[in-house]
Amino acid sequence: MLDVILTIAYLVGVISFLFLFVLFAVWFERKLSGWMQDRLGPMETGGFQGWLQTIADAIKLLLKEDIIPEQADKPLFRLAPYIIFIGTLGAFAVIPFGAHLIGSDLNIGLYYIIAISSIIAIGILMAGWSSNNKWSLYGAMRSAAQIISYEIPIGLSLLVPAVMAGSLSMQTLVAAQGGGFWNWNFLQAPPFGLIAFIIYFWASVAEVNRTPFDIPEGESELVAGYATEYSGMRYAMFFMSEYANLFVVSAIGATLFLGGWSSPLPFLTFIPGPIWFLGKSMVLVFIQMWLRWTLPRLRVDQLMGVCWKVFLPFSFLNLIVVSFWMLWVK
Amino acid sequence: MNVASSLFAQILFVVFALLTVVSAAVVVFSPRIIHSAFGLLFTFCGVAALYVFLYADFLAVTQLLIYVGGILILIIFGLLLTQRVMDSKYFEQSHQRIAAGVLGVVLAGVLFGVVLATPWTQAPRPDTPTTEIIGVSLLTQYLIPFEMASMLLLVALIGAVWLARTKRGHHE
Amino acid sequence: MFGSFFPVILFLLAAGGLVLVILFFSSLIAPHRPNPAKNSTYECGEVAEGSSWIRFNSRFYIIALIFIIFDVEVVFLYPWAIVYRHLGFWAWLEMAIFLVILLTGLAYVWAKGDLEWIRLPEKETESSAETPLTPDNLRN
Repeated sequence: MLDVILTIAYLVGVISFLFLFVLFAVWFERKLSGWMQDRLGPMETGGFQGWLQTIADAIKLLLKEDIIPEQADKPLFRLAPYIIFIGTLGAFAVIPFGAHLIGSDLNIGLYYIIAISSIIAIGILMAGWSSNNKWSLYGAMRSAAQIISYEIPIGLSLLVPAVMAGSLSMQTLVAAQGGGFWNWNFLQAPPFGLIAFIIYFWASVAEVNRTPFDIPEGESELVAGYATEYSGMRYAMFFMSEYANLFVVSAIGATLFLGGWSSPLPFLTFIPGPIWFLGKSMVLVFIQMWLRWTLPRLRVDQLMGVCWKVFLPFSFLNLIVVSFWMLWVK
Repeated sequence: MNVASSLFAQILFVVFALLTVVSAAVVVFSPRIIHSAFGLLFTFCGVAALYVFLYADFLAVTQLLIYVGGILILIIFGLLLTQRVMDSKYFEQSHQRIAAGVLGVVLAGVLFGVVLATPWTQAPRPDTPTTEIIGVSLLTQYLIPFEMASMLLLVALIGAVWLARTKRGHHE
Repeated sequence: MFGSFFPVILFLLAAGGLVLVILFFSSLIAPHRPNPAKNSTYECGEVAEGSSWIRFNSRFYIIALIFIIFDVEVVFLYPWAIVYRHLGFWAWLEMAIFLVILLTGLAYVWAKGDLEWIRLPEKETESSAETPLTPDNLRN
């Protein structure tokens, strides 16, 4: 009974963290884009740097009318946010926040994350189809095609840490990188660990549909992509899932390539693991935001070409070389 | 595993079994073919959950990855490729209802008979991870089928793309 | 093993429950005053023309087909990744053969131009190296 109570407590903690992260990340991204474009960003709400802005926005969304278009396929229209959010929160179950902070250390944790995230593409197609809006359907189709294409390089580059540790359990994968930053996977089998990390990181930016890969929701052509017809809290669910996924892909990158919750230097172990984990994840989140406000959007044929003709062959060859390296050098 | 959680497991099993069967019924009876496609999502997820109850964790996740993440998307893309996907009369015109009904009942009867006639034995619960066992068997005992699988995938890839290409117009 | 999946199932149920609670709470306090204009489909302020449920380009279908093949292949790679070091060089070679066979497939679809998002008529391919980006080409 105790383990059930602990699991529920952990679940509540993760959900609270998720809300806090989204509120913070939206504010932070607005401030960051402001600074990068030499403006101030939100300044009024809450006094210091407009820190209450996203909370005000969340309350506003909660009070907004929930509009379901007359022409929509209503059952699917209502269902889509659930599917997307389940796919998002499902991944949190196996992300290790600390040595003992994990929902469940499945022995196929890594594999599970890839599988559960693939549900999101279905939710997006459902949202796009059911809206009966041209922008929504185009956005959803592009988004789904992009997500499935980039899933292959992601799957292949995540195999590199699995090959190095000989396990798919997230905690074992972190433990294999313990002892210091020179044991982290992106520095293993140089330069192939780094190549895997770079492929993973770029592909994950595409997976969460962010610039330079944000063609599915490029506002200048597709309004808001698959979420065009959604409003109020239902829209907020999509928005929240998007930012939560930003954290998920960064957390997976930090866990598998940057040592997860383990400290970079042996004498720094007095600082608790969750702080290291969150620090590393936030660095990756920051880089994704930085990219978004720096790079222009790719064209759709470039986007697909770079996945199938660059990332895919390179991640294949990388995997073959790394597995050979692990056999002979280690 | 204490009593409370095993009772909880029983309830969960019933929930997932119902989810599988009800969504499968939606797939079959829905007048809109796109609803059938999205109904498959719940059937596949329900089956994946049933794999978990059978202690086949790797298979459960594979079910999610391949069927939900792959086949279902292919089906939906395929549906959107068809002309007039919302024209439900295409899919309501069933000429051979009686023949299909009889055949269905006979098939169900045969299957039910087989289920009843089979001497089911309960296997011991393998509380060990299945992934490693699968990996070792693939690379040793079942090596030839494993390599043949890659040939099969190659043939499937070339064949499928070739078929799709002949349908593909130039500036569509 | 069911025990280790229990938290996962709990997370999935909680995700659904959370959306339900939030949307229910929102529906209690949000206004609900529909009118025909508000409930019409958005099309940049114009009256929406036709249904959006149209026939899509088959390139999406081809991408999904190629994806499934490689997805199945990745599934085979995961069990291999955690055991091949115990089995030694031959296990590595077996997987290398497996991968090379599939990379042949990738090379084939690449050479045949199925990875191109914008596919040109055969005769144009020789004359112009640059893909013409007409709106017609970029549709969908």
